[in-house]
Amino acid sequence: MTKAGPTAAAPPPSAPHPSAPTATVRLPRRRGVELSLIVLAVLLSVYGYCAVGLAKHGTVPPGAAGYGAGLGVLALLAHTAVRLRAPYADPLLLPIGVLLNGLGLVLIYRLDLETPGEEAAPAQLVWSTLGVALFTLVVLVLRDYRWLQRYSYVSVVAALALLTLPILFPPLNGARIWIRVGGFSIQPGEFAKVLLAVFFAAYLAANRGALTYTGGRRWWPRLPPGRVLGPVVAIWLLSVGVLVLERDLGTSLLFFGLFVVMLYVATGRTGWIAVGLMLAAAGAVAVGWLEPHVHSRVAEWLHPFASIEAGQGPGQVAQSLFSFAAGGVLGRGLGLGHSILVGFAAKSDFILATAGEELGLAGLSAVFLLYALLVERGYRAGLALRDPFGRLLAVGLASIVALQVFVIAGGVTGLIPLTGMAMPFLAQGGSSVVTNWMIVALLIRVSHVARRQYDGKVAP
Amino acid sequence: MTRYIQHAAAFCVLLLVALLVNTAWLQVLQAPSYGVNPANRRPTIARYEQPRGDILVGGRAVTGSRDTGEQLRYERIYTDGPLYAPVTGFASQRYGTAFLEHSEDELLSGTDPMLAGFPLWNGFTRVQSPGGDVVTTLNPAAQRAAFDGLGTRKGAVVAIEPTTGRILALVSTPSYDPAELSGNGPAVAAAWARLNDDPEKPMLNRAVRQTYPPGSTFKVITAAAALDAGVVRDLDARTDSPDPYRLPGSTARLVNEGEGCRDASLRFAFEWSCNTVFAKLGVDVGAAGMEAAARSFGFDDPTLRIPFSVVPSTFDAPEDRAQRALSSIGQYNTRATPLQMAMVAAAVANGGQVRSPYLVERTTRSGGSTVSAAGSRPARQVMRPTTAVRLRELMTDVVEEGTGRNAAIPDATVGGKTGTAQHGIGNQGTPYAWFISWAQGDDDMDPRVAVAVVVEDASARRGDISGGGTAAPIAKAVMEAVLHSPRAG
Repeated sequence: MTKAGPTAAAPPPSAPHPSAPTATVRLPRRRGVELSLIVLAVLLSVYGYCAVGLAKHGTVPPGAAGYGAGLGVLALLAHTAVRLRAPYADPLLLPIGVLLNGLGLVLIYRLDLETPGEEAAPAQLVWSTLGVALFTLVVLVLRDYRWLQRYSYVSVVAALALLTLPILFPPLNGARIWIRVGGFSIQPGEFAKVLLAVFFAAYLAANRGALTYTGGRRWWPRLPPGRVLGPVVAIWLLSVGVLVLERDLGTSLLFFGLFVVMLYVATGRTGWIAVGLMLAAAGAVAVGWLEPHVHSRVAEWLHPFASIEAGQGPGQVAQSLFSFAAGGVLGRGLGLGHSILVGFAAKSDFILATAGEELGLAGLSAVFLLYALLVERGYRAGLALRDPFGRLLAVGLASIVALQVFVIAGGVTGLIPLTGMAMPFLAQGGSSVVTNWMIVALLIRVSHVARRQYDGKVAP
Repeated sequence: MTRYIQHAAAFCVLLLVALLVNTAWLQVLQAPSYGVNPANRRPTIARYEQPRGDILVGGRAVTGSRDTGEQLRYERIYTDGPLYAPVTGFASQRYGTAFLEHSEDELLSGTDPMLAGFPLWNGFTRVQSPGGDVVTTLNPAAQRAAFDGLGTRKGAVVAIEPTTGRILALVSTPSYDPAELSGNGPAVAAAWARLNDDPEKPMLNRAVRQTYPPGSTFKVITAAAALDAGVVRDLDARTDSPDPYRLPGSTARLVNEGEGCRDASLRFAFEWSCNTVFAKLGVDVGAAGMEAAARSFGFDDPTLRIPFSVVPSTFDAPEDRAQRALSSIGQYNTRATPLQMAMVAAAVANGGQVRSPYLVERTTRSGGSTVSAAGSRPARQVMRPTTAVRLRELMTDVVEEGTGRNAAIPDATVGGKTGTAQHGIGNQGTPYAWFISWAQGDDDMDPRVAVAVVVEDASARRGDISGGGTAAPIAKAVMEAVLHSPRAG
């Protein structure tokens, strides 16, 4: 895109740049496109908010204007920051973030109406505000993403600290992934994802050569020397540790998947994938054997209606499947579904069931495509960049989104065993929404560099 | 590295395709079977998501819906639950539906495709039609008179309009409040258990779901059969019947309550309810003739729907003449619902024609437009018109000077027949008091109402129970209520 874009957008002959020779091209910054898309995203969210109110009470909810204004101000704040400090950034990243976050707020507000006294949308709006504030801060302050490379070991230490912190706190709903400070629950594992992506990118960029040229035969790679293998095994142990100590299958899967993808991109050795898959399989079998928690998840995936046949009523996965089925192709319409039957975690892990029931296959596909577009933009930035750290960072951040969407969406639709995880931007969960804004902020920075490097250069 | 990024991107595309294919499979192909999974609460929720249509009596809704704000949102309420319970039945979130609530459920709940203006379009938009209303044929004053007349006694009343078959009153006591069963909480379960365990059986619809030995009221049919068959040609001729009557082929003797039945005329025998005369008539008419007569009045018809089903009344005319003699006076195996006996009175009043009884005048959409109307029911000639004229005369005599004087109404022609039916082993049970009648105001072109009343009262002394004493005043009150109401339609 970055190569095709500037050549395609040749300057109009009537208004040549005063200082540019005719052989160079000005790269369009596309900030106007971004602004239009943001306006569209805000309007769509407000429309959804009004649709919920109209369906449930027959009136436009009183907070509609405030909600629209709030979301609009946040989006404009972020947009201004991008305009000031990352003018070449990819124009799709921010609008997608705004739209997904806005839609998430609509869905949570919609579910709040079914659970009076347990409103989650106001808190989610606060967290979204914090997320956008941090996004703005990152875009403004982090002038050059390469600066992160110097702090890779700080990152990994911080990530490990964040991951081990919840072990000190009592478990909540069977998983030790929360820490509670005051009235707030924080999931530090969410932040650790970004830090780990930074560390992986830095580590792999530095050790790419060693990892690529060790090993041997084509089909069955000889094991690399311990010096290189050590960190890989360490990451594997970390994933299993997270799983066993915190009972968090999803995060464990995500870390390991992220590492394998980045390792492959850095080295191009399919052997690494083989080793990774074998380790993952061994870990999964061992843990599935030992952990009743994981074992039951797999059983529920294989036989989602077993509890119905046993006369105990539908389980969560069954309820989730019923929700998606009730949506059909066009959905029941916002506010008109019964996804609240999913019960516990309807607003967080199972938020997609509400989207599926009320927006249907059509709406759900649109949501999936928004995520796909976000990932694709990350990968494109990675392709356009020249430094290995930037490329790996962009691919890593985009892969976090891709893997996370797949793991949770696949889980609630019965494609793979369910693992507790937040749907990026949509699901209730402060730590998650803040983390996702951080990911978008970093992608904005990376894509800014990726596109700027072609600006003013001689057209090929 | 570019190539590897592209490979990783391809992997992401693979994940996306897997998600999309799986979701499409789930939401399109699996959707129908998941939608009807019994564990899926959505159909139940949808059923109670909107107010149920109403059942109307005399232009006024006797039902309603209460917004509970719960998951199963609307709950049925009833303005006069016990009064109309045998007609409305109940609509319970836990125990299903009964009677009109059951037979008209699709219309009331809004799932009847006839309710949608554009069925295909509504199928696409999945907009649920609001529930339709059911307009009944009931006359509220007659219903009230019957209910109050029975009071705390056990029994049933059915009133129908002879010329059309419209059911004007349908009462069964003791009754119950169907609103107690509407919801789904523990109180509903308790009420359900209590009502089912009650020895008085308040949920039994005695008007259409219980048969009684009709006793002497059956003599109307025996008389009709005898007249039609030519066994009796003159109402005032002697019938050549002994008193007491020795049942043919047995040593049992049949006696009468009153005097003067020996060799009595049909008029006298009908007026004073002579068992001996009618038992002999039944024997003389023959098994086939008696059975044909009873069948034509509607006995042994399991297909009758009003629109809910009515248990068939039974008449069994055995070749054994002794048993046939007893059958012909409404004993032995003869059993009838109150509705059936009201049809018998209506046939006499209506020139020998029976019209199939019905409860639903029409059904409407919530806006008021008609979905379906009852229209005119086919008539069935059950006896010769001349026979009907003579039976009218006989029944009028009963009220004017016989056992049914308690039913006489000024400014109206009233015909009736009393009955006091023995039952139980050795006839030791408290007898059932019957009265069937019809009335035509002096200004009316047609008979306005035909009534059947049955009272089973365990608390009364055996001697006090009689058709004329117990049941006739109730029938009178119901007939008066109809005669004093403005003519419908």
